[in-house]
Amino acid sequence: MFRIIKKSLATGVVTGQYPAAKAPSEPVSREAIEKAKPFRRSLTIREVDTGSCNACEMEMNALANPVYDVERFGVHIAASPRHTDALVVTGPVTVNMERALKDAYKQTPDPKLVIALGDCAINCGVFKGSYAVTGPVERHIPVDVRIAGCPPRPAEILAVLGELRKDRPNSDR
Amino acid sequence: MYAMVQLVLIVVQFVMLLALAPFIVGVIRKVKARLQCRRGAGLLQPYADLAKLFRKQPVRSSTTSWIFTAAPYIVFASTVAAGLLMPVFLSHTPLNFAGNIIALVYLLALGTFFLILAGLDAGSAFGGMGSSREAIVATLAEPAMMLSILAIALTAGSTNLSTIVHQSALLEGVVLAPPAHLMALAAMFIVTLAETGRVPVDNPATHLELTMIHEAMLLEYSGRYLALMEWAAGIKLLVFLTLIVNVFAPWGIATSVAPLALVTGTAVYVVKVAGLAVVIGVIESMFAKLRLFRVPELLGAAFILALLALVFFYTLRG
Repeated sequence: MFRIIKKSLATGVVTGQYPAAKAPSEPVSREAIEKAKPFRRSLTIREVDTGSCNACEMEMNALANPVYDVERFGVHIAASPRHTDALVVTGPVTVNMERALKDAYKQTPDPKLVIALGDCAINCGVFKGSYAVTGPVERHIPVDVRIAGCPPRPAEILAVLGELRKDRPNSDR
Repeated sequence: MYAMVQLVLIVVQFVMLLALAPFIVGVIRKVKARLQCRRGAGLLQPYADLAKLFRKQPVRSSTTSWIFTAAPYIVFASTVAAGLLMPVFLSHTPLNFAGNIIALVYLLALGTFFLILAGLDAGSAFGGMGSSREAIVATLAEPAMMLSILAIALTAGSTNLSTIVHQSALLEGVVLAPPAHLMALAAMFIVTLAETGRVPVDNPATHLELTMIHEAMLLEYSGRYLALMEWAAGIKLLVFLTLIVNVFAPWGIATSVAPLALVTGTAVYVVKVAGLAVVIGVIESMFAKLRLFRVPELLGAAFILALLALVFFYTLRG
């Protein structure tokens, strides 16, 4: 009991001790930044796994750990789409998850964002052409932000979320 | 003039409860983040969360009735009303005449009742599960809470909160019956953890529906309804903390409406409540959540402590 407290006080804050992210392959669009305006100080995320291999989930999990600590930016991960501002969809949309994805999208209160996380969600990745896959996320619901990678590193996801929180989009784009 | 002052005091207390509740939630989260070696969100994050939720368009299930939409308002109003009945920074509450400590307990129970109904209303499995668990916890916590309050009321000779607080504040730290007070304090603290859904009983940060109690009843809510529910939960926590702070350690509270006394009373109150929030944050980091079937044992212990407080009061009276 007290050992835990002593250990965490001795360890100190470890947040931020991770290698810097590479520049995202696809810049965040100006429309997405505009759409994310109400969520600059507080963003709630719901993870929707539509048939992913769980690699993207593990990277999302890492976001909540002490090193990446996504909560310091006011980002929460919620248990219900009703509490959510942004749906993070991972994996190609499989036949069985197509309806669940659409339901989750419908139950998310407006205004809302959809983030396609990982190559599978963007273009089906290695599962392209499979009989169990009905296509990328975009075919079913409108996607605002794409984060490429197989899987994307937590630092890259953080960088994109940081981009969404920017006060004004970079003028060179 | 007198009526004006009283009115201003009511408004100040109302605004203070509403404004301070998210801050207390933020303090607990920050302490927990630090003890998890994280930097954590800022202390003002809960305000940003509430502001965002109020701007969102709520979604309603087609299977819900009027209870679903009315419940957030009833829960919020009953919790705030309970908060107005108790002394916060001034030992003489203007709304003192409206009800004593028993009215306060049952105003909070009214909110819990409607929260339970709201969890059942949408007919989802998790909501019903959360409601049944909340009902168990609430029914077990209530006798312990009433008994510990009774022990305090007996030592003060009144069930009126303002009288209790005013008397012990004037004593300047001298407690009339220390063993009874300590036992009642311990019982009250356990009840606070149970009623406000803190760690040994419920985990407010959980994402796993199977372990939820309070959160499971809120799964169906969105937008401003969710904001009201979360704000009400924060105010309920603040009401319990205020009750502990002012009944068991009322030193520094303003005993008259002199400006200087009011300012120091407010400052001392905020410091005391924030300190108690830090204690709760540390407790949440130290303990694991209890298995649901062991919660009755914890609340049973609270009940026994409260009963002992009563026994001590009668045996040690001399």
